[in-house]
Amino acid sequence: MTGWVLRRIGQTALVLLGVVTLAFFMAYAVPGDPARLIAGPNADAATVASIRHQLGLDAPLWSQYTAFLGRLLRGDLGTSYALHGAPVAGQILQALPTTALIALGGVLWQLVLGVPAGIVAAYRPKSAADRLATLGALIGLSAPPFWIGLLLLYYLAYRSSVFPLNGLGDPLWWYLALPTFTLGLAGAAWYARMTRTQMLEVLRSPYIQMARAKGLRERTILTRHALRNGLTPLITMIGMDFGYFLGGVLIIESVFGLPGVGKLTYDAIDQLDIPIVTGAVLFAAFFVVVMNFLVDLTYAVVDPRVRNRR
Amino acid sequence: MDALLDVDDLVVRFATPNGDHTAVRGVSFSVAAGERLGIVGESGSGKSVTAQALMRLLGPAATVEAGAVRFEGRDVLGFSKDELRRWRGAQAAMVFQDPLSSLNPLVRIGRQVTETLREHLGTDRRTAVARAVELLSEVGIPDAPARLRDYPMTFSGGMRQRVAIAIAASCSPKLLIADEPTTALDVTVQAQVLDLMDRMTSELGTAVILISHDLGVVSTFCDRVLVMYAGRVVESGTIEEIVGAPRHPYTRALLGSIPSMTGPLPRRLPSIPGSPPQAGTRPPGCSFASRCPLAEDVCHEADPPLTGGVACHVATREIATRDTREIATREENGR
Repeated sequence: MTGWVLRRIGQTALVLLGVVTLAFFMAYAVPGDPARLIAGPNADAATVASIRHQLGLDAPLWSQYTAFLGRLLRGDLGTSYALHGAPVAGQILQALPTTALIALGGVLWQLVLGVPAGIVAAYRPKSAADRLATLGALIGLSAPPFWIGLLLLYYLAYRSSVFPLNGLGDPLWWYLALPTFTLGLAGAAWYARMTRTQMLEVLRSPYIQMARAKGLRERTILTRHALRNGLTPLITMIGMDFGYFLGGVLIIESVFGLPGVGKLTYDAIDQLDIPIVTGAVLFAAFFVVVMNFLVDLTYAVVDPRVRNRR
Repeated sequence: MDALLDVDDLVVRFATPNGDHTAVRGVSFSVAAGERLGIVGESGSGKSVTAQALMRLLGPAATVEAGAVRFEGRDVLGFSKDELRRWRGAQAAMVFQDPLSSLNPLVRIGRQVTETLREHLGTDRRTAVARAVELLSEVGIPDAPARLRDYPMTFSGGMRQRVAIAIAASCSPKLLIADEPTTALDVTVQAQVLDLMDRMTSELGTAVILISHDLGVVSTFCDRVLVMYAGRVVESGTIEEIVGAPRHPYTRALLGSIPSMTGPLPRRLPSIPGSPPQAGTRPPGCSFASRCPLAEDVCHEADPPLTGGVACHVATREIATRDTREIATREENGR
């Protein structure tokens, strides 16, 4: 097990290096001259050249890359072009708690809405409840989140003032209710489908038949014998979603005016603020890769068969 | 003797995308307390479906169309959910074919043994654990106290089937239904598992319905046999009758396909030509007619009723002739 964890950490580090390299060269390939951007449209060629030198942009590509890696190891993601030299890492870390809350809320909504719907649908296939869940999932999957977000804002915040219109305030959950719900809704549809498929398979399995033959209560069969087996595949979805959301929820944060990583990235793209964009991409990739690792680790804890294989 | 289990004209129908299919067509039998009944047939003969119908374990695609199942005079098919739950596991237990998939891979062995005890006998946790250790030791699991905390994957197939038998026996049921309990196991392990079932059920006086495609397994274990073919009972009788003097051509063919342990082996093992009728394409008349070496015209026209323990036009006529002859002889002697 320890050997496996170490190997897995090594793999994770390797993937991260790949992502970092890719992010660096992508930023390099983006059209537009950052030095010109900082200097402003009226600056003369000499000023632009000196800024370019300051930023190290006139150095050969290889030495730019190694310098970038060196800074990264020290936790230095560079400085923002647009935000007057503010450190990128600081900007992202400042926005991160907001995004983390949204991500957590979104995942919770996905579970709360999706899993019970999937279980009901699996228990009574082709029943009214199953068809309703399928229809709900279809709507949830097809409706774009920004549209649902705007509808919710219009009816529940603008027209009836049940919820605040935008931003963050006190109490926090009040302000996060609509954005997290919007975020969770589309995912909940996936969770419902996934839960239904998994549970259908588990409910057909011999050990469930055996549990019935043992005369166990239906509730015991569901909680002890079916749920754990049926829901383990959801660990992957939860982990990956959480990692993905932490990278910034661009649309949700923009629609609801929340100062998270997504909003920061969105604005940075708008202003060709390459260091912020690169930094955000790195953070996003970091979360996805790390969550991936944690997911694998969780499987080993939950499923004795996985544990033994390693 | 009053029957423990009485099955009367059971009919089970499956709804399939290609139309309905009657898997069990009017099966009747009874099992006395402590008796051992074998049900033999090849796959698709309806023997497992019969077992599942008895335990009310049929999936949503299957319905019991007609018939009655009575356990100590109580109508099993009419049981409420609660009655059913209290009956299963406590009065009637089941051992399944594949021990690798009938134990939950994510639940510790101890929990899987104790949960039946706790559910039916209301045993407290500590007593249940102690009893589980006893049960596992009884079925020959070494180091039982430690193994309670293990997961099924650390047990071999034979050990898992022992655990399944321990679970089935834990509440001293009056009836045990074993659906191909040894089919998935190595031959050497098969004998051990049969021995174990023998010991556990004779100690408790449990009646057993042993379902198998293997007439050899059934004949070492059971008192009586039903031979099923295409959803019907085609022959029934005591082990001696079935093995010693099989009357239905299908039973004869089944016995003929068991290689003899004495004398030279044939170059090819005898097998029954053809295959059982496919679901939904059952011809009129006797289902075995197309594979039967003795089939006559009448066999393709009318399904023979089960009379005198055999459902076969030819066999019934032979018996009738023999009986007439016997009567004639007796009358002659009496004269």
